[in-house]
Amino acid sequence: MAVDKKKLIDLYTRTLKVRLFEEKVWELFGENIVPGTLHLYLGQEAVAAGVTAALKDSDWVQSTHRGHGHVIAKGADEKKALAELLGKATGSCKGKGGSMHITEFKKGVLGATGVVASGLPIAVGAALSCKMRGTKDVVACFFGDGASNNGTFGESLNMSAIWQLPVIWIVENNLYAMGTPIKLTCPSATIAERANGYCIPNTVVDGNNALEVYEATVEAVKRARQGGGPTLIECRTYRQRGHSRFDPAKYRPEDEAKEWLSENRDAVNVIRKIAIERSALTEKEADKIREKLQKQIDKAADFARNSEYPKPEDALEDVYAEAF
Amino acid sequence: MTEMTYREALKAGLREEMQRDESVFLMGEDIGLNWGGAFKVTKGLAEEFGEERVRDTPISENTIAGAAVGAAITGMRPVAEIMFGDLITLAMDQVCNQAAKMRYMFGGQTSVPLVIRTVFGGGKNIASHHSQSLEAWFMHTPGLKVAVPAFASDVKGLIKTAIRDPDPVLFAEHKLVYDKKEEVPDEEYLIPFGEAKVRREGADVTVWGTFFMLHKALEVAEELAKEGISVEVIDPRTLVPLDKKTIIESVKKTGRLVLVTEETKTLATTAEVAAIVQEEAFDWLDAPIKRVNAPDTPVPFAPTLENFFIPDHKRIAQAIRDII
Ligand SMILES: Cc1ncc(C[n+]2csc(CCOP(=O)(O)OP(=O)(O)O)c2C)c(N)n1
Ligand SMILES: [Mg+2]
Repeated sequence: MAVDKKKLIDLYTRTLKVRLFEEKVWELFGENIVPGTLHLYLGQEAVAAGVTAALKDSDWVQSTHRGHGHVIAKGADEKKALAELLGKATGSCKGKGGSMHITEFKKGVLGATGVVASGLPIAVGAALSCKMRGTKDVVACFFGDGASNNGTFGESLNMSAIWQLPVIWIVENNLYAMGTPIKLTCPSATIAERANGYCIPNTVVDGNNALEVYEATVEAVKRARQGGGPTLIECRTYRQRGHSRFDPAKYRPEDEAKEWLSENRDAVNVIRKIAIERSALTEKEADKIREKLQKQIDKAADFARNSEYPKPEDALEDVYAEAF
Repeated sequence: MTEMTYREALKAGLREEMQRDESVFLMGEDIGLNWGGAFKVTKGLAEEFGEERVRDTPISENTIAGAAVGAAITGMRPVAEIMFGDLITLAMDQVCNQAAKMRYMFGGQTSVPLVIRTVFGGGKNIASHHSQSLEAWFMHTPGLKVAVPAFASDVKGLIKTAIRDPDPVLFAEHKLVYDKKEEVPDEEYLIPFGEAKVRREGADVTVWGTFFMLHKALEVAEELAKEGISVEVIDPRTLVPLDKKTIIESVKKTGRLVLVTEETKTLATTAEVAAIVQEEAFDWLDAPIKRVNAPDTPVPFAPTLENFFIPDHKRIAQAIRDII
């Protein structure tokens, strides 16, 4: 596939933006101003970047408990997103959702969910809605390797296939569900091949390579828009950190972690190298983009820090459209 | 006015809304051409509106409900049917964690205008997995509205209101009222949620109940009138919002309250109503509040057992006499 320079810059920028966002979250977490728990997207940035770069603004993504990256890559306002993580009134969910429910609906994020695998049925419905309304929009549904063991996986893949829905199933196989290696819970060599049972075209890509993810998604989106139904893309990737807040991820074998977390497999390095090799960017330009993004994220963090917390009694609002 | 069954009135309401609004569609197991719904509520609608809008689904309750969520948040107005109320256990995540919470946890960014139709109640000797009355679970779930139509003239106006409501509605029906007939207005009408209906006026005791128990209570009231006991019978029509005012006003008039539902007794909707009345009208009570419910067991099969389980006319009459 011929990928133009503009798209390579886009892929680099998206990947990097998610990285810098997550590093900022980690920093704020260190300041002890992020309440609750966190599932960082560090390490998996290329998946969100590659998928969303293949989507239009009007397309949808369904996110997960590890959702910061999906939301930011889809174009959510980083100020509102960081404020949400700090539980501020200016957050995209007015401080009612936090890390696990981070979303910006107007940017095409259906929502992030704390219940593993619960996003798949919602993606089915959104895709059905796109089809029934004739919008030609598509839905990309992210979920983990662990989620692929839940009943909704079978129900939803099946429904998407029988109705030929415009949905792209994105499995982020980071090899672990909390501490449970996928090898223990999945009998097949890939998760992708499970889709064969539902007659859904499927593929496995390097989830640390935004370009590979992008190319696979472009093909899937094309199929979906033409009425050709769903596709499943398994993106092999790896968390840089633990599963959540205080997990040191000691259960991952050293050689495995070393290989996955090496410099040359790092999501940002991979796409930067590709963009430079293909003359889409010079080293200097790449650095410039980084500086600009860093400033943007720093500003967002200031906004979040300086924002007010919601008033206690705001807890009573937004249960129904109209209170009764 | 035309006399029709509850089933016909409900279907007429669905039909009118589908004619009025293209975004309204039905989905569920066996609701379409071949069957028309397990209780024949949707019979003929697939022929009239096509299989796209009267959509048969696989047996995938969680994804039926979840697809309704996804469609609802993206511009459709789905009415999903769960064939039996007991089977909604398989969809609890989507109903109670997703549909009910989305507006709130996303800080008001999302509306979830969906209706889940299902059917509760015993009396058909179909045992423990097809007979329960689980409405209290949903009344206990902030974010959901709960409609409990018991009469033909109400079910039509309530389903239309439910479909137009911007929030998720659990629309509970009852197996034994589908064939009950009543005069139903010919012209279009909507019944607002949160407005109870006094089905019979009386001076000595208030009976509040739901579904088939209301039909029994009205018959009991007729009998007791011959003995000079004047019974007021109130149908809440919706549990969320709950019309407290009508109950309280009635209790202030009669000084006595009997609560009658087919639910197992512990933490049934009747427990909540009893608590409300003692909080808000304690000084007007001339006798203890009486509850008439099923015993705390699963629903049994054999007719002798089930008849014992479901409150009958005698038990309702006895409870009234006990406090007169
Ligand atoms: C239904 C459900 N079960 C368990 C949990 C607790 N939990 C949160 S994340 C997680 C692991 C999910 O693994 P995976 O789907 O691979 O996603 P990853 O965390 O690796 O991104 C578990 C078990 C949950 N939130 N929801
Ligand atoms: Mg995982």
